[in-house]
Amino acid sequence: MKSLNLTPLPDVTSDKTVLGFWIYLMTDLVLFATLFATYAVLQGNTNGGSGSRELFSLPFVLTETLILLTSSFTCGLAMLAAQKRDKAQLIFWMVVTAFLGLTFLGMEISEFSMLVQEGNNWQRSGFLSAFFTLVGTHGLHISVGLLWIGVLVFKTVKDGLSDGLLKRFVLLSLFWHLLDIVWIFIFTIVYLMGAA
Amino acid sequence: MSKPINDTPGPQHHGSLRSYIIGFSLSIALTVQAYLLVTTNAISGAGLMYTILALAIVQLFVQLFFFLHLDKATRTSWNLLAFIFMVTVVCIVAFGSLWIMQNLDYHMNPAETDTHIQQEERITR
Repeated sequence: MKSLNLTPLPDVTSDKTVLGFWIYLMTDLVLFATLFATYAVLQGNTNGGSGSRELFSLPFVLTETLILLTSSFTCGLAMLAAQKRDKAQLIFWMVVTAFLGLTFLGMEISEFSMLVQEGNNWQRSGFLSAFFTLVGTHGLHISVGLLWIGVLVFKTVKDGLSDGLLKRFVLLSLFWHLLDIVWIFIFTIVYLMGAA
Repeated sequence: MSKPINDTPGPQHHGSLRSYIIGFSLSIALTVQAYLLVTTNAISGAGLMYTILALAIVQLFVQLFFFLHLDKATRTSWNLLAFIFMVTVVCIVAFGSLWIMQNLDYHMNPAETDTHIQQEERITR
């Protein structure tokens, strides 16, 4: 480190803002748990329509999963750049993360629109209502995350990298990593278990 | 912001390149492994369900440790306590719902209620 009087990044374990955001994230996971429980209960209620085995394409979802996983990794690389106060690298990895997140979101929207076009919308059965609610809520979180990345990158380019912005990047990275963890469970419980 | 982050060994809550690469490789390996188990039908039935769920839970811990840095240094923190509380609530909500709904299915399925009552609970009119 060049200069020793730089303020360090907020410590994940002792910073109050980070703790507050962490508690929000935990309640968010409780929200996802209720949606997972609803899905697990309604999974078999297809009302005579197609079930998860016929509707989902596993290779497509695996691609989505690997893209989101990579975006979680690039978000980590962005945080390493933030730790070194390297503005250019931080912006670069954040843009890569946003690009991967956008690709993921695009794939999810195309999957949704294909299902709806075939008549398998959320009004078709209890199973599909639960599916669209669970996966859609995750997609909504991803959209908010993308908006957040956009705002922070814009502010960094415009005003430079301040301590306040760095703290927000730390919170953003926690949010993004947890969305990846939620997706791992969607991938396993909705798609893999649905196909098995 | 109590401890400065420097090059001396100690708590590094934002990880290192090495920890991110290890976490990323392990996550990919676990994801692809679960995918292959399902597509190749290596095992089937309940065994497969438990295996892929276990792989997901292992990946949860891999990402918590390598990406979110919830490790030894966080052992006594409020973050960990909030996390443990969340896991408890999630387990109660998820497994509790499944248990209750299965029980309701068992007791309130109109077509089978009479059979259940008579044959399995040994109650006769």
